[in-house]
Amino acid sequence: MTKAYFELLRSGINTTLQDEGRPHQYHIGVSFSGAMDKRNYLISNYLVGNKSHAPSLEFAYQGPLLKLKFGKVSAAIAGNVTFNIIRNNSTIEEGVCYQTFNLNPDDQIDIISTSKSIYGYFSVQKGLIGDYFWGSCSVNTKAKIGSNEGEKFSINQKIYLNQSENEFIPKKINYLNSKIEFIRVLKGTNFNYFSDMAHETFFSSEFTVSKLTDRMGMRLEGPKIENIVDTNIRSEGLIKGVVQVPADGNPIIMLSDHGTIGGYPKIGVVISADYDKLVQLTPGTKIKFKSIELSEAETLFKIYNLETQNILNQI
Amino acid sequence: MIKNILNLGDAALYCDFGDEVNKEINSNVIKYFKNLQKNKIPGITNITPSYNKLIISFDLTEINYEKLKEKVLGIKLENIDQEIKKIIKVPICVDDEFSFDLIRLSEKLNLSFEKILESFFNKKYFCYMTGFIAGMPFLGDLDQAIRLKRLETPRVKVPKGSLGITEQFCNIYTYESPGGWNIIGNTPIKVFDKFSQINPTKINPGDNVMFYKINKSEYLNWND
Repeated sequence: MTKAYFELLRSGINTTLQDEGRPHQYHIGVSFSGAMDKRNYLISNYLVGNKSHAPSLEFAYQGPLLKLKFGKVSAAIAGNVTFNIIRNNSTIEEGVCYQTFNLNPDDQIDIISTSKSIYGYFSVQKGLIGDYFWGSCSVNTKAKIGSNEGEKFSINQKIYLNQSENEFIPKKINYLNSKIEFIRVLKGTNFNYFSDMAHETFFSSEFTVSKLTDRMGMRLEGPKIENIVDTNIRSEGLIKGVVQVPADGNPIIMLSDHGTIGGYPKIGVVISADYDKLVQLTPGTKIKFKSIELSEAETLFKIYNLETQNILNQI
Repeated sequence: MIKNILNLGDAALYCDFGDEVNKEINSNVIKYFKNLQKNKIPGITNITPSYNKLIISFDLTEINYEKLKEKVLGIKLENIDQEIKKIIKVPICVDDEFSFDLIRLSEKLNLSFEKILESFFNKKYFCYMTGFIAGMPFLGDLDQAIRLKRLETPRVKVPKGSLGITEQFCNIYTYESPGGWNIIGNTPIKVFDKFSQINPTKINPGDNVMFYKINKSEYLNWND
């Protein structure tokens, strides 16, 4: 039997294979990577019956145009995504997120764009086939690590899938991606490197998500954050969500493909409960930071995680 | 041994081993790092040693800051890696083509090329940490005479294999990357190999490294 695959008739802007990421490699300089918006990644996988860690396509802004060859599969898309299914008899069906659809040989999925968000996820039953590096096929294009030689997909490539014998099980959920008003942060380990006025500015001003935002980091523009101690620190480990302020005074938030070590002072760290929503903020969005305490952050994460589990349990 | 533990966000411990950058403090960081790797405390997702800090990130669905802090402080420290470490020898070609910043160094330090290189090659270096980009080793300490700051404007592209020096440290660019260190040579060897899943990094924290000079034809014909 010929192996089933998707042919990429259009690659999209930044289409990569992602799963839940790659733990335990920071000490050799390999970042976590994985799906940026983990909740949506999980929903798209649960809809097609994958319980966890299945390789899915993550796309940003404009997505790919995919044609299925030699197989049948059930698939789902999560996020705020506009897409069409172009059947092999040329009829066009408008795609609906958060519900499964069946694909037959020569059907096409045209993922037109994400709206008011950056990332969307395309999952198929039993997952796409990727190359594993340290237990994950997540692609980090800056480090050239992961499936597809660590590169984003390009036109005419083939993405193979595990052929499934299972019957198509129609599934859907109602889910609305909510926006956040504030990015909640805990004070960073170099909070006292910044003046009182800088603290005031950081927590009361609006910052704009700049165009220099990708899977590695989100650069912000706004009033400058004044450093009164030193604009460098001894290089030390980083984690996602850290807000660094380099000498130019513009904050940068570390995202999933961040370098593992950094030498800029850390003014804050975005709480885990806000990360999935943070990464979806498009350039031009205005945001404000809000300071909270550790215990509150832990409670908010518990609630967020319970919400995610409830959504997944409904599927 | 750990001077202070703070939270870095809601899902990481920030362990401070002291202010200085020296072998003793860094050896303590590495000792803790190795013991934590061995102990496999559930919930830990990454442990990142650096000069004088150790950052332990964890999965907040499994454990939280207070509980993990207690466990980390409670581990019994053993001397891991007791065997005498061999010195890792790294070949370097300092041909003009690879040593773009020798002129700058020579001018700023008021030393001849020969003196700079003699001082550099005549020393054993200690690996403090690995990272920033995959497999990049941060080695020290350079002789006082050849310490210089980073370039004012970092290069957009530093070639793979480049040997850079800045302040008391030297490093090797494991793949092409932006960077601001002063480049004085290039190694033909693979310092990072992503296809080796068990030992991808040739140089690891705690290792000793010595560099030796090779000529251009040896460089070009190098067989790793």
